[in-house]
Amino acid sequence: MNWSWTVFFETIPLISKGLWITVGLTLACYLFAAIFGFFWVFMSRIPSKIVRSIFGWIAEFIRSTPPLVQLFFIFYAWPVIPVVGVSLNPFVAAILGLGIHFSTYMSEVYRSGIESVDKGQWEASTALNLSTRQKWTKIILPQAIPPTIPMLGNYLIIMFKEVPLASTIGVVAMLHIANDYGSQYYKFVEPLTVVALFFLLLSYPSAILISKLEKKYNRKFDKKAMTS
Amino acid sequence: MDEPIVKYKDVHKSFGDIEVLKGIDLDIQPAEKVALIGPSGSGKTTIIRMLMTLEEPTMGVIDVGGRNLWQMEKKGEWVRADDSHLHSIRGDIGMVFQHFNLFPHMTILENCMLAPVLVKNESKKEVKATSVEMLEKVGLGDKIDLYPAQLSGGQKQRVAMARALMMRPKVMLFDEVTSALDPELVGEVLEVIRDLAKEGEMAMILVTHEMDFALDIADRVVFLNDGVIEEEGHPEDILVNPKSERLQDFLSRFTVNR
Repeated sequence: MNWSWTVFFETIPLISKGLWITVGLTLACYLFAAIFGFFWVFMSRIPSKIVRSIFGWIAEFIRSTPPLVQLFFIFYAWPVIPVVGVSLNPFVAAILGLGIHFSTYMSEVYRSGIESVDKGQWEASTALNLSTRQKWTKIILPQAIPPTIPMLGNYLIIMFKEVPLASTIGVVAMLHIANDYGSQYYKFVEPLTVVALFFLLLSYPSAILISKLEKKYNRKFDKKAMTS
Repeated sequence: MDEPIVKYKDVHKSFGDIEVLKGIDLDIQPAEKVALIGPSGSGKTTIIRMLMTLEEPTMGVIDVGGRNLWQMEKKGEWVRADDSHLHSIRGDIGMVFQHFNLFPHMTILENCMLAPVLVKNESKKEVKATSVEMLEKVGLGDKIDLYPAQLSGGQKQRVAMARALMMRPKVMLFDEVTSALDPELVGEVLEVIRDLAKEGEMAMILVTHEMDFALDIADRVVFLNDGVIEEEGHPEDILVNPKSERLQDFLSRFTVNR
């Protein structure tokens, strides 16, 4: 093997174009997962036991099958299903596939946050005659979400590292560009090293940022959460 | 005598197989102060929690201001009350909890302002003024921008009272409000309740273990034992000259100073 610095430096600008696609796709998937996560929480609190367990099983199913299989299903299998089949562009398929997959994890994080809120908070909100909506938006979620921010942040990093899966259905991001370059010139080591460096460059500082956030929130909540 | 503000009619409550309340009949007059006493597990707290709509009775009827709390009429039939029915009656009831249940993510001023602004749609400016007034009344006028965690137990409980009073309920429920406090902080909380009782207009139901206090402020004391009302009457009769053996036995565990 012969390492070529020329190739290395030549591929940096090429691959950095894909960097923005990777970052954009990560954020889009994450946003989708963060919002859709509440859907599972909502479904798990519906009074009907049958509805609850059906959605519980669906979420469990999604969580325990590989995201790659789900991506392939949405992109290749769904369009050929009669009546409901829709053919999607790769970017949308990736947002749906990864977004739904991660939403099932996000919902678990939300749930742990919601369950950590003292039962007395619900009772006091009832005693003050707040509506169900007001209880959630003013009392429960503002206490349930902040302590989960570190966990939510970790999922952002994990998501960032899973996004290259989208190259398998043709999203032209970093990995895809590197791979194309490799097959064209038969030079794989340099472009793939650049890809790895870009990932490191983004996820390592994010990890540090998240652990800082974690410390900050622990301090804040220690102070405020003492028996109130 | 006026029409009672609250009426319990043969109210039962079970948790699983355990029947906690076995038929409660109790009328509360407007402005009446009633102390509920009895051994733990006798169902005192459950009685007021059902009135606050935190527990649903298994059987029986609770009327508030002449309206059936837990059932509503729909197409000529009585059905289980829905959220909006409960919401329409619940405004007449307020509650102070044993463990305060202040909202930890809000300052004590925000704790007081929240419900009047959200539920009653009152103007923020006016609510703020009355909240400050209310907090001054409970002796915390200089602490309005602190968070609950920065207060002592007694102070928290006084905030909780101010918060409940902001909704101007007709009936206020006190659920063992001094039980979670250090002994030296009990006095300041009882003092606030005593002042409220003197003001007079609001009916009050107090679940309490403070017998002296009950003797002092209650118009009537109700002794609950094993899910039924065993004895009730004037505080002197109940606390000083108890008739039933169970009540005598229960009171022997407290020293009542006349």
